[in-house]
Amino acid sequence: MSAPAHTQTKPDLRAFLHGLPGVDRVGAEARAATLASRSIKTAAKQWALDMAISMIDLTTLEGQDTPGKVRALCAKAKRPDPADPTAPMVAAVCVYPDLAHVAAAELKGSGVHVASVATAFPSGRTSLEVKLADVKYAVSAGADEVDMVIDRGAFLAGDYQLVFDEIAAVKDACGPAGTAGQAGSAHLKVILETGELVTLDNVRRASWLAMLAGADFIKTSTGKVTPAATLPVTLVMLEAVRDFRDSHGRQVGVKPAGGIRTAKDAIRYLVLVNETAGEDWLDPRWFRFGASSLLNDLLMQRTKMMTGRYSGPDYFTLD
Amino acid sequence: MPKFEYAPAPESRSIVSLRESYGLFINGEFGPGVDGRAFKTISPATEEVLAEVTEAGPADVDRAVTAARKAYEHSWSAMPGRERAKYLFRIARIIQERARELAVLESLDNGKPIRESRDVDIPLVAAHFFYHAGWADKLEYAGYGPAPRPLGVAGQVIPWNFPLLMLAWKIAPALACGNTVVLKPAETTPLTALAFAEICQQADLPPGVVNIVTGAGETGRTLVEHPGIDKVAFTGSTEVGKQIARACAPTRKKVTLELGGKAANVVFEDAPVDQAVEGIVNGIFFNQGHVCCAGSRLLVQESVYSDVLASLRRRLATLRLGDPLDKNTDVGAINSAAQLAKIRELSEVGEAEGAQRWSPPCELPVKGFWFPPTIFTGVSQAHRIAREEIFGPVLSVLTFRTPAEAVEKANNTPYGLSAGVWTEKGSLILWMASRLRAGVVWANTFNKFDPTSPFGGYKESGYGREGGRHGLEAYLDV
Repeated sequence: MSAPAHTQTKPDLRAFLHGLPGVDRVGAEARAATLASRSIKTAAKQWALDMAISMIDLTTLEGQDTPGKVRALCAKAKRPDPADPTAPMVAAVCVYPDLAHVAAAELKGSGVHVASVATAFPSGRTSLEVKLADVKYAVSAGADEVDMVIDRGAFLAGDYQLVFDEIAAVKDACGPAGTAGQAGSAHLKVILETGELVTLDNVRRASWLAMLAGADFIKTSTGKVTPAATLPVTLVMLEAVRDFRDSHGRQVGVKPAGGIRTAKDAIRYLVLVNETAGEDWLDPRWFRFGASSLLNDLLMQRTKMMTGRYSGPDYFTLD
Repeated sequence: MPKFEYAPAPESRSIVSLRESYGLFINGEFGPGVDGRAFKTISPATEEVLAEVTEAGPADVDRAVTAARKAYEHSWSAMPGRERAKYLFRIARIIQERARELAVLESLDNGKPIRESRDVDIPLVAAHFFYHAGWADKLEYAGYGPAPRPLGVAGQVIPWNFPLLMLAWKIAPALACGNTVVLKPAETTPLTALAFAEICQQADLPPGVVNIVTGAGETGRTLVEHPGIDKVAFTGSTEVGKQIARACAPTRKKVTLELGGKAANVVFEDAPVDQAVEGIVNGIFFNQGHVCCAGSRLLVQESVYSDVLASLRRRLATLRLGDPLDKNTDVGAINSAAQLAKIRELSEVGEAEGAQRWSPPCELPVKGFWFPPTIFTGVSQAHRIAREEIFGPVLSVLTFRTPAEAVEKANNTPYGLSAGVWTEKGSLILWMASRLRAGVVWANTFNKFDPTSPFGGYKESGYGREGGRHGLEAYLDV
């Protein structure tokens, strides 16, 4: 075996990650497909639609983002369906760090969280100093949730210690331990970018690595790489948080992001959560969807459930 | 109260139109039995009577065999393979077109979850006809000589666990090879076989090529012992299989038997645990454990025993038992009162012999025949529940220390139908597969079927193979 590139991965960390049970891809895909065939109807569907809305991290991560675009998104986050005040708010608005202050101002006091990507999102290809400065900048601008990316290159090179140390450093930069949620400190979501890790064994190892290093959430993807979130990947991550709580006593959230566009898809994810990690995770504190167009489909289905007819996309706001 | 309670999602029954009573399908037509006897078939989930079915007596079986003989001599055996293939392709297509109806009917009559009849049984039924349709004009390339000939009239007796699928396993190769058939479905699940008879009419299959005679064990015995048949194919219990073997021994009849099993599902310490747990569940709770190749003996390496058991128990708690027609049901009804009694009896024996019984909290419907998913731990090779086929949702858990011990325990059974191996180590899979005395060895999966893959047993699990090139041999005069 070749030596790690930069730092020396502590033998026990490597041994631990490589000692995790393997994932059989065929079996994992079959299990995800079976759960995807659950038929969720009537009252169950109604409940699931509202739950899914309340779990959305409404996201805009484009070069063309402006304060105006972010303000519009925040308005949508607070009141997703202008025609129906009973529609729940989403969980958070997710933006780039330089726009976090706009979102923070708009969402102040609303209960909707401000999430900012950081650490040289999406590739993460810069120095640790720059990454930490990025995080601190986002938190000081009012982000109470930070979505960081891991160094996939280091992970694939077997340099687990580097990845671990970076996550731990970012976690420190998010605020002192135990202060997540308080002013000036933030909740840490760790993006694994599973589309670049490729194998489900890697997904499982990266999940454990992130949790051991202090992640509050593990997140599938940046949305900039294909494939983004998939059911089998999310299944493996849900198994990881379930097993991590059993062995370490700490609950960690899961966030699939990218490519989830329809209510049907979202409900499949909720079934996966329900039957894998269990109902403790059926809560916006423990499960999120990183999505943008998903919200309108959920709202449309919600209106259909309540009125019995489809009202068409013109009745839902495009922000 | 669970947070996310799935609302009932029943598949509609309206697609199925049941007749009040069914006759026998002989020579291309439905007609009454000679002595007018009938029995009722019920839905095991509700005990509702679904239809009345004719019980074929000796005179009826004789008529059916005569019709099959006539069809064999005058039309089917002389027909070029490519023409027979057209009929088989047509039947396969009609099965696909009527798939939803057949799935609902199967779940109604058998009690199995619609998810299984819809996603497993019926697609495999169509696949078997498609596959064998492809063989019909290529038999000279099957490796059985330049012009292999059919055997003649086949008498086929099938069980109730996969009613239409077992019919397909029997009829598709028989017809592809140029034989005609008289088939007796199980008395508790005759309805899809009768629907298949309608499909034969719909496909314009020449009269007499397929005959369906309904009835119980006595009808089956009459068929098997009829001097006019050339071939006996039976799937069912080892006990009845032995009777058939005895009855056919002094005759010229060729026989294939697919009988019971007590398969070992072997989980090594380096197994992909989450998928192994799925495989254990699929191995024994698929189709309520009414599977001859079910993984009813779990052999777990002792070093991971408690982890695997904890995961398995947690997983079992998520199994959804109930209405077979509900699309979210994982575990359906036990097929009959008699089978339920047998499962109960053996489970009580397990407890009496000192094994620990466990089931997840699970509410059983009041009407119908139900048994909760059950695990027995602390089982040893000497226990009856480790040796006898229970044919229900009951798993016996044993442990082993080394691969050699796993092989020894897995093979220590009169049966030899199937086995499973769970490990991430490829060399260990191959090592195990070459030593396990079982007709099929699954690696990191379980209960996977395909028409191209031969299936059959070692030892008292029977002889002959069904499916694949090997399965053709059973219906050719070679």
